Amino acid sequence: MPAYHVGREQIREFATAIGDNNPAYYNVDAARVLGYQDLIAPPTYPFTLTMRAMATAIFDPDLGLDYSRVVHGEQHFEYERPISAGDELVVRAQIASIEARDRNEFLTTRCRVQTVQDELVVTTSEIIVSRGTAV
Amino acid sequence: MSALVDFAEVAVGDELPGIRIPLRRVDLVMYAGASGDFNPIHWNERTAVAAGLPNVIAHGMLTLAETTRVVTDWTGDPGSVVSLSCRFSRPVPVPDDDIGTALRVGGRVAEKLPAEQIAVELSAFLDDAEDSESAVLTQARAVVQL
Repeated sequence: MPAYHVGREQIREFATAIGDNNPAYYNVDAARVLGYQDLIAPPTYPFTLTMRAMATAIFDPDLGLDYSRVVHGEQHFEYERPISAGDELVVRAQIASIEARDRNEFLTTRCRVQTVQDELVVTTSEIIVSRGTAV
Repeated sequence: MSALVDFAEVAVGDELPGIRIPLRRVDLVMYAGASGDFNPIHWNERTAVAAGLPNVIAHGMLTLAETTRVVTDWTGDPGSVVSLSCRFSRPVPVPDDDIGTALRVGGRVAEKLPAEQIAVELSAFLDDAEDSESAVLTQARAVVQL
């Protein structure tokens, strides 16, 4: 997968969509006052990247997930630093486990979001739940 | 990194200012577009009901994003967050009307950690008279570097 280039307008659009008016997401000077080179992204923004990486697995016909049965169960982020405009990022994603409990199936993934220069930016783990599909 | 809060002045048990977050269908559509999460259960009532949900539901990550604002507004610096985690404990149905629904989100200082880090326990509830004790996030926690 090609590197994902984080743009200022994308950060602004994401921040607007979550209703957050923190100046560090909109105004480069405000971000610089906080010590960053450029706009920074909200803490939940990395999920937009890890979700894209996981989509390969989620939509794999061999896994057989019904997307409309899928809900988000759990989410963890560990940050080395905030994602910033200008970053060129790649995601290394792996499926850690798949297990059934009652009628639900739990898919646990782990992702490393890093720059194309191999600088680790964020580590995540997520659990998605397929509701009522366990046999 | 430069937080507005002074580590020495923070005490375990301190409440962070809470926020009331209205959520309408248009907010879900905006979040779908900005995040790339187009799962139809977040915008299509037909699909949501067929999948056994009460109605179209908000993206869990939209709820977490809104809740995280409690800590980033408090420190002033979103880059102060060193870790963030939660469980999504129940769905947030968003009716197709002009009011939608609303969340009450808040936070409380849970622990003072070494190296001037603070653990904050986050909370998010439906702001609904009939269902106001229903937490939509559990084990929600952010650690910030002051």
